[in-house]
Amino acid sequence: MKKTIQRRLFTGVLVLMTTMLSGPAYAVNYQALVDVDVRKFQNYFHKEFPQVKLEDFSSGVYALDEDARKQWMEIEEFPPYELDIEAGKALFNKPFANGKSLASCFPNGGAVRGLYPYFDEKRGQVITLEMAINECRVANGEKPFPGKKGDLARVSAYIAFISRGQKIDVKVRSAAAYKAYMKGKEFFYAKRGQLNMSCSGCHMEYAGRRLRAETMSPALGHTTHFPVFRSKWGDLGTLHRRYAGCNENIGSKPFDEQSEEYRNLEYFQTIMSNGLKFNGPAARK
Amino acid sequence: MKSSGIIAAAAILMLPSLGVAAESTATLPTAVEKGRALALDTNKGNCIACHMMGDGEFPGNFGPPLSQMKERYPERSVLRKQIGDATILNPKSIMPPFGKHGIISDTEIDQIIDYLYTL
Ligand code: HEC
Ligand code: HEC
Repeated sequence: MKKTIQRRLFTGVLVLMTTMLSGPAYAVNYQALVDVDVRKFQNYFHKEFPQVKLEDFSSGVYALDEDARKQWMEIEEFPPYELDIEAGKALFNKPFANGKSLASCFPNGGAVRGLYPYFDEKRGQVITLEMAINECRVANGEKPFPGKKGDLARVSAYIAFISRGQKIDVKVRSAAAYKAYMKGKEFFYAKRGQLNMSCSGCHMEYAGRRLRAETMSPALGHTTHFPVFRSKWGDLGTLHRRYAGCNENIGSKPFDEQSEEYRNLEYFQTIMSNGLKFNGPAARK
Repeated sequence: MKSSGIIAAAAILMLPSLGVAAESTATLPTAVEKGRALALDTNKGNCIACHMMGDGEFPGNFGPPLSQMKERYPERSVLRKQIGDATILNPKSIMPPFGKHGIISDTEIDQIIDYLYTL
């Protein structure tokens, strides 16, 4: 108890100092607040798994288990999502009825994974890659792709693939952005559902332990590699599809693909992985 | 007609032995059997997801192995608490509050405890 209070005080002082250094007292430096969380979060996993290097957390559960990792590396040599990347590329370049295409909405030839998610200050909400893909379609008079799998996941997979190696560096620059971040953070730590379990319970406290035959992946690195081709699904799915699955498994009603709840959660989770690299798409069990 | 009469007769003849069979399963420790099934059922206890338990396959290891329960938990009421609402004993427990959240009834908790006492 005393320790936490001391740490909080210390954090408070740090924040105060950064605020004073960075400008007028009323301009809170939200990024500094968030950076303290990131450090704490990542340190937790470094202590728990001292043998795992920071960048290896982007391999999910395979960062923890050498045997599983070997099997996985073999699968990744002939990746089950290869055809999906091809299909995603075709969809990305396919002209809309108005002659434009998804390619006309995204800079850098579409290698934009590292720009998402971000907090759009004007619209006051978190924008994810999947959301941006569908908004581009709608803005050009096309129907949005239906959520969580299929073409939406394919285009996302193609963009992730040509963006591999981009650094995760998500910023929190305003009070509104910080609020969205805090909502995601609360979601992550809150117990919910009939089984009364939290994301943090399974993916932090018990990361590396087995739930029946499944080893629990560490939450650090959770969002680096999506979409994933899961053998259990037999196809490709988005991060929010996975979120919905984990919510259902604890008897709690899942939220919709691209709901505000899941976008805030993605924002929080991606920020916790700041410093890692995007490496999607990936194969999972 | 004739043949069905024979079958009927045979059925009657067999009845006593059926009766014996039924009786012998009835005298099996049913509460223990029920408790074991509940402890393994993924929609009920699913204790095996987190605990090593008897000969259950692929046990998880969130919680400690459930063994020597009689020796370690002579007080039935402690087990009732742990299963009914684990947060009474450990406010931060990840173990689902099976009783409190209506996943398992009081009778079923007792059956599970009967089973645990065989471990
Ligand atoms: C009852 C335990 C449990 C809870 C609670 C839970 N998960 Fe999971 N989660 C799993 C299991 C099991 C897997 C599959 C194995 C793995 O990769 O961890 C998984 C996988 C995932 C993955 C995919 C990891 C990868 O590398 O592909 C993500 C992301 C994830 N969970 C996020 C969450 C979030 C966010 C929450 C809270 C909303 C949550 N989980 C709650 C058990 C849980
Ligand atoms: C999601 C994981 C999970 C599930 C499911 C679960 N438990 Fe637990 N259990 C735990 C953990 C973790 C502990 C360690 C103490 C604590 O945190 O409450 C525990 C502790 C216990 C203990 C005390 C163990 C000891 O040796 O001191 C008993 C008894 C127990 N559980 C029985 C059960 C039974 C019976 C079921 C099924 C009806 C069950 N548990 C389901 C996670 C679980």
